[in-house]
Amino acid sequence: MVKFTLNGEPQELNVPSANPLLWVLRESLELTGTKFGCGIGQCGACMVLVNGQPTRSCQMPISAAEGSEVITIEGLSEKGAHSVQEAWVEEQVPQCGYCQSGQIVSAVALLAANPNPTDEDIDGAMSSNICRCGTYPAIRRAIHRAAGIQRQLASTDDGARGEE
Amino acid sequence: MKDQHGDPIEGRDIGKNLSRRSFVKIGVLAGAGLTLGVSYRVIKGPEAPPTDAVFSPSAFLRIDVDGSITVMVAKSEMGQGVATALPQLVAEELHVPLSQVSFAFAPAHPAYGTAMGGMQLTGGSTSIRDSWFPLCEAGAKARWMLREAAAQRWGLAPDQVQMNEGKALHPDGSKLTYAQLASAAALLDIPKDVPLKGPSEFRVIGTPAPRLDVPAKTTGEAIFGMDAGPSNTRVAVVARSPVFGGVLRAFDSTGALEVQGVDEVVELESGIAVVADGYVAAKEGRDLLTIEWADGEWSTLDDTEISDLLKEAADEDGATVRKEGDIDSVLTSDREQIRAAYTLPYLAHATMEPMNCTAWVRNGQCTVWAPTQFQNAPGLVGGGARQVAAKAAGVSADNTVVHTTFLGGGFGRRAEQDFVREAAELAGKVDGPVKVIWTREDDMQHDFYRPASYHDFSAVLGVDGMPEAWCHRIASQSILQRMVPSWVPDFATNWAGTSDPTSTEGAQDQPYHIPNVRVTYSKVDLPVPVGFWRSVGHTQNAFVVESFIDELADLAGQDPYEYRRELLSEHPRHRAVLDTVAEASEWASPVPGGRARGIAVAESFGSFVAEVAEISIQDGQLHVHKVWCAIDCGMVVNPAIVRAQMESGIVYGLTAALYGRINIQGGRVVQSNFHDYQMLRMRDAPDIEVILLPSQEAPGGVGEPGTPPIAPAVTNAVFALTGQRIRELPIQIV
Ligand code: FES
Ligand code: FES
Repeated sequence: MVKFTLNGEPQELNVPSANPLLWVLRESLELTGTKFGCGIGQCGACMVLVNGQPTRSCQMPISAAEGSEVITIEGLSEKGAHSVQEAWVEEQVPQCGYCQSGQIVSAVALLAANPNPTDEDIDGAMSSNICRCGTYPAIRRAIHRAAGIQRQLASTDDGARGEE
Repeated sequence: MKDQHGDPIEGRDIGKNLSRRSFVKIGVLAGAGLTLGVSYRVIKGPEAPPTDAVFSPSAFLRIDVDGSITVMVAKSEMGQGVATALPQLVAEELHVPLSQVSFAFAPAHPAYGTAMGGMQLTGGSTSIRDSWFPLCEAGAKARWMLREAAAQRWGLAPDQVQMNEGKALHPDGSKLTYAQLASAAALLDIPKDVPLKGPSEFRVIGTPAPRLDVPAKTTGEAIFGMDAGPSNTRVAVVARSPVFGGVLRAFDSTGALEVQGVDEVVELESGIAVVADGYVAAKEGRDLLTIEWADGEWSTLDDTEISDLLKEAADEDGATVRKEGDIDSVLTSDREQIRAAYTLPYLAHATMEPMNCTAWVRNGQCTVWAPTQFQNAPGLVGGGARQVAAKAAGVSADNTVVHTTFLGGGFGRRAEQDFVREAAELAGKVDGPVKVIWTREDDMQHDFYRPASYHDFSAVLGVDGMPEAWCHRIASQSILQRMVPSWVPDFATNWAGTSDPTSTEGAQDQPYHIPNVRVTYSKVDLPVPVGFWRSVGHTQNAFVVESFIDELADLAGQDPYEYRRELLSEHPRHRAVLDTVAEASEWASPVPGGRARGIAVAESFGSFVAEVAEISIQDGQLHVHKVWCAIDCGMVVNPAIVRAQMESGIVYGLTAALYGRINIQGGRVVQSNFHDYQMLRMRDAPDIEVILLPSQEAPGGVGEPGTPPIAPAVTNAVFALTGQRIRELPIQIV
């Protein structure tokens, strides 16, 4: 029995402890937004947040998720309203779309750690995600845009707080 | 992939002319306000999607009781944007904003067959060319009927009614929505001829409308093949012969069946399937099978043998696919000959979503959920997914339904039927729905590879430095030789089998003005499965032609851009993209220190693309900093999608140029996953600037044409920087 929090909801599951988190998400929990691309930690299609850290779910046995907080693409927001998802729509990033859950999760993690990433920061953080459709230029634009949206949100928040 | 579906040479030309001719009718006649008389088929099949719609005057369009407008997209969405561009065509003529339109993937059905043998197929960058007329017409006829219905309701003449933004407008200002008119419109006869808009009237076509599939692709909601099927679907992983042509001799499933979750082990035509309650158990079980394969005659095949065979074949006389002037006397004269040989490797498609297919056979019915590029081909022997699945499952095609999902990449790989056949065969042998999932290793080692090829060039320059003779001998496996018999056996019989336009495209039609030309093709028979890989023959031929012309420019002591330009005086569209990209990249001005630029141009799939790459080399490492790309693809439906496709095609071609190689050892593929078959990543992705040339020409393709020029643009830049001429891909800097 493994217990963890998934997208804010507590989970208790009885699955073989060595099963990768990826397949538990996709098959046992029917959250198919997280994708299988390589199974060996090379492509990032399976990226999720575990305690806020970008994590390749194909490489994480479910037993290692015990007690942790897991967030998948489905848990980022209601209806795609996360600033990164918004930026992704504004920049029209996805092509086939298969890699994009992983790309978005990696970008969310990057911006949480570094609200104002340079191109080099983006190179560093995003090079663990492959996009076979070559959406890299669009991803780069979208991350800068998302950083802008988040800055704007932060300044309105500050402004609002200032008025209180 | 390609759109040759018949005689490999004739079919190609017919295809080109058909789409061009029908477009000319749209552009010219519709622009002049004339009407068109091309009929379309109304869907009548048992699973016809529009049957429960209030109003569905065409297989491509339905309007429901709530007024929702759905375009049935009969092309596969694999990233290239058809699920947006095709609805744009309908929205244009229906006089609705695209935001009011949604899409659904069409079922496999003859109503969606193209002029090419009735195939329902996405390939050869043909989607816009195939769809422009029928989808515009579908929208126009529906709008005509809705207007008629409004006119009758109001007692007006139809031309007193204006149609705008999804509403009919009365001269007095009152309005009726399409939802209010749909049921009345449905009672009217479908008109034979309706006028279509001319380009000057377009409001939706030509705009960078947001993609309809993007929201679902940012929330994880988009359903790919991997995600499809009923919730009780079991998973199978299949063991296939690692050696080309190997056959199963014996196997022991004891170990596999001991794995918790494994239900059964089933022998298939293609191998042995382990069926389990999920992927992990199925894969573990598959890996625990003990199998004895009879490897057959190819178990020692390796790269050396293959390259020797290719080289030998190029040395022999191949089939002449182009001959102009008196090449023999120029080449046998005692004038100096310039010789060069180029080699290219096999390449895997490596779609981001590994192959998979879900099938369920029950009560003589087969249901398939497939990320397929090729749904239907009732007239062809091999058939499309529907016919292939039916046969493998042992049911009739009439009782087989194919649901097309989103495709996690296609690039030609998903026009094959192996993954569909296998799933349907398995579903026919087990109870309940089953999904065959290919591991990344399965996908990479059981692909249909871009053929390896060898190219031998000889040329003679005139006193002005311009080429006077050009001889290009090509040797490779033939894709059509493998495919055509499964399509149309008659063509295979009638076809001499010595040439293959998918191997020579881009070489036999290279555009440079040279008085004496010969291009030959030597077909090499090898067991490596070969198939259509994004831009097909152009991937190899643009590289070698654009490299060798660069060599000639250098020997002539001329600028590579000016040299090409001079030789393209009769090809204004080639010249225009070259000029545009030269200007954008400031070709004539000095390059920043330590960097160099290379240029290349290619026509493919009806579009013209020129690219300039700016590179540097540090510590033996090649860096591509920037790529400029100019495209003339004729009339554009969605410029944002065209730009995205150029970026995509460039990254795809650059990945191949920098890393792409499938090695063969012991009759099997060496590479297995992304650690040894590398992909371009963010840190290596260049800045890309795309320029679209305004054009009123017939639309060309955009899914593939961005790919061919990038490899030579980069290798020509390497030469400019270091003097090293790259004659083999992937690039190795010495
Ligand atoms: S599937 Fe996990 S990194 Fe590729
Ligand atoms: S959008 Fe297709 S792999 Fe990234």
